[in-house]
Amino acid sequence: MATAVTDATELDGFREVQHLAYACAEAVAARLAPGVTEREAARMQREWLRERGVRDWFHLPFAWFGDRTAFTGFRVPTQFFPTGRRLEPGMPFILDLAPVHRGFTADVGYAGCLGPDPLHDRLMTDLAAHRALILREVRERRPLRAIYESVDRLMTRQGYANRHRAYPFGVIAHKVDRIRERRWSPSLFGFGTRSLGGLASDAVRGHREGWSPLWSPHRFSDHPPRAGLWAVEPHLGFRGKGVKFEELLVVTDSRDPEESAFWLDDDLPHVRRWQEEGALA
Amino acid sequence: MSGDGTGIEGARERRVRTGGIELSVVELGDAGRPTVVLLHGYPDSKEIWTDVALRLRDRFHVVLYDVRGHGRSTAPVPLRGGFTLEKLTDDFLAVVDAVSPAEPVHLVGHDWGSVQGWEFVTVPRTEGRVASFTSLSGPSLDHFGHWIKERAARPTPRRLAHVLGQGARSWYVYALHTPGLPEAAWRGPLGRRWPAMLERMEKLPPAASRDYPTASLPQDAAHGAWLYRDNVRARLRRPRPDAFAHVPVQLITPTGDAYLSERLYDDLERWAPRLVRRTITAGHWVPRTRPDQVSAWLAEFVTAQEAARQEGAPARTPAGGGPYAQRFGGRLVLVTGAAGGIGRATAFAFAEAGARIVAVDRDAEGAARTAELARLTGAPEAWAETCDVSDEGAMEKLAAKVAAEYGVVDVLVNNAGIGLGGTFMETSAEDWRRVLDVNLWGVIHGCRAFGRQMAERGQGGHIVNTASAAAFQPSKTLPAYSTSKAAVLMLSECLRAELAGQGIGVSAICPGIVDTGIVAATRFAGLTEEEQRLRREKVGRAYTRRGYPPEKVAQAVLRAVLRDQAVVPVAPEAHALRIVSRFAPRLGRAIARIDPPL
Repeated sequence: MATAVTDATELDGFREVQHLAYACAEAVAARLAPGVTEREAARMQREWLRERGVRDWFHLPFAWFGDRTAFTGFRVPTQFFPTGRRLEPGMPFILDLAPVHRGFTADVGYAGCLGPDPLHDRLMTDLAAHRALILREVRERRPLRAIYESVDRLMTRQGYANRHRAYPFGVIAHKVDRIRERRWSPSLFGFGTRSLGGLASDAVRGHREGWSPLWSPHRFSDHPPRAGLWAVEPHLGFRGKGVKFEELLVVTDSRDPEESAFWLDDDLPHVRRWQEEGALA
Repeated sequence: MSGDGTGIEGARERRVRTGGIELSVVELGDAGRPTVVLLHGYPDSKEIWTDVALRLRDRFHVVLYDVRGHGRSTAPVPLRGGFTLEKLTDDFLAVVDAVSPAEPVHLVGHDWGSVQGWEFVTVPRTEGRVASFTSLSGPSLDHFGHWIKERAARPTPRRLAHVLGQGARSWYVYALHTPGLPEAAWRGPLGRRWPAMLERMEKLPPAASRDYPTASLPQDAAHGAWLYRDNVRARLRRPRPDAFAHVPVQLITPTGDAYLSERLYDDLERWAPRLVRRTITAGHWVPRTRPDQVSAWLAEFVTAQEAARQEGAPARTPAGGGPYAQRFGGRLVLVTGAAGGIGRATAFAFAEAGARIVAVDRDAEGAARTAELARLTGAPEAWAETCDVSDEGAMEKLAAKVAAEYGVVDVLVNNAGIGLGGTFMETSAEDWRRVLDVNLWGVIHGCRAFGRQMAERGQGGHIVNTASAAAFQPSKTLPAYSTSKAAVLMLSECLRAELAGQGIGVSAICPGIVDTGIVAATRFAGLTEEEQRLRREKVGRAYTRRGYPPEKVAQAVLRAVLRDQAVVPVAPEAHALRIVSRFAPRLGRAIARIDPPL
């Protein structure tokens, strides 16, 4: 497995698949209407991407509607899988998809709401501060666990709950990599086996070297950012409404702060939205 | 007192003749505004509405009239058969035609006024003459008839209990059917003693009773017996099958009504599809005991219906419909320590129920944030106030400002608190002062400043004090904090006893380990700055691992106010510690000696 992905052409490959994934999310979100179930929304994403050549997944697409966007009452991981919950007017939704295309992995999250909701708008706007905070602290080379806690504190100050804590290991981010394309690409519990294998071998190696491919609140994340691509997914919740974004952060070994970490792409729906609102100022 | 003897200041009286009798009708406010007709019950006259009418007259054209045989209206001859709901409907239409010939009116009825009101809004001949109806403590006799029939036809134990419960509450209805005796009682000893009885039963402040009940009470009550005799048996035996309301209805249910069960309204949505429910902790005479809240709800409902009528669209229903929304909609809730943790979550929970929020904190930015999100969550209005609860002068000033600008607080949540760890010997006098200043004096100042306003207003309310599970459980590492919280618990219990007579509830909330920012603001006595930082991180992580969300405490606060609970432990550890302190205090003392594993 390749780890330090800094090569420009490789980054183009990742950028392309991230674009594809967001295009999928936007296309499916546009087709969401009252009565659509989570399972149908997940299938729509799968089919849309399969038609465009996606054969393998980091994880199969997820869709969460209503208070499931804030993972209300989630106790076991199976609750993340799409259910028969139907979308209703005014409900928030989140689409989370991670296709692998020509060996490049993307993992994106798209939050929206069926119909106008000022509270949902506010949550989305407040998410912008987290994107800036994470980049700033990664450039300062603070330990990932400390950055995790900074995000936590910001969410608390904003009045929200940290909902990425509900993810497996409570991760706010995880590493992604290139994977070799094979004709047969099975998945296990919704995750592509090759991607899982990549994560596992990173975890074994990281365990020896004192780092982890999972960015969590636990002690094993108490190390400075590791060079590579990280899919970062801060997820905040407020009284049964959840919003998140997820996109790739590039971390390099460069000494120049600007070069040491940057978001792979700024031309994404949520970033464009914040630019229009001026929330990034 | 006004010059014309109506007992209501600034009222204009006119006489309306109808069906051989003469009704005394009084009007307040500009006749060009939407008309609100207030209808009294039994044994009352229109003066029961004085306090509400005075609060509404600046915004509405308020009309009151004495029902036939009551107050300054004349009685039909003979009395028997003169009080049927059909004749009362004639009276109502005559009054409406006189005071608002062009526009439909908004009807409000209390007790028998509400019973009449239900008749008016369910019969076809008033269609177009009524725009909305607000019912207080008076069911439709037809709905009541169906209610009994359905429960008697399929009597499950619960349904039977409902019927028997209401049956017991209706003792006076049977008594009023006795010939002659009620009249004699009212004209004799009962009429003389009634004002004092009412004052005692309803906890009316003596000042409120000066102009009420009026001198005509014995006469009113004697005539009014015919309201029951002419209608109750006939309607309960043969309830109309088509008693559907043709206007939007607001139902205000007092939870302490001695004469009417809350269960009576269980199926009301069937009869009144456009129903808004409200509940209020009070007895039967709500227009007298809770005029502020009643007039606020009336004004809100009537304004919304007027706006909808102008636009031709149905009115937006107020936020939510659950028990919390029915109870807290439009009420004023003040929360201290509202910039984070339990305080913030409590503010949001009340906001979601449609309450108006005042978020108070030392942290101005945090309080402003809470107020902003409270508005987005459903509060019709929310304000942020910066104040240090330990500063008596500042709290007094805040109380004066809140009363002047937003009104008297209905629910006060004294939540602000700080933590302090370390043994007694390590804790300095300054540390003690700081923790007692905020945790105990903050509560005292809050209760003194806002509790006094509540008590002086005399219209009930509720005070919630945040204590802690540490109030039950001694500990060698938390002496100052536990002492302050135990004091808050005792203070709450004492205050509860003192204010019980005034309809003000006091609750102490005792949460266990809740994942809030309190640890970040906790001082650990006897440690260096660096050691403190590490300890805070460690304890903070333990709290996060415990992961008990402040939202659950907020739910417990709302429930405590709704049910008027005295002491509310929240989270399993709090319940366990309370049980230990009550039934196994020696075990509690043994636990107190343990060094926490942090």
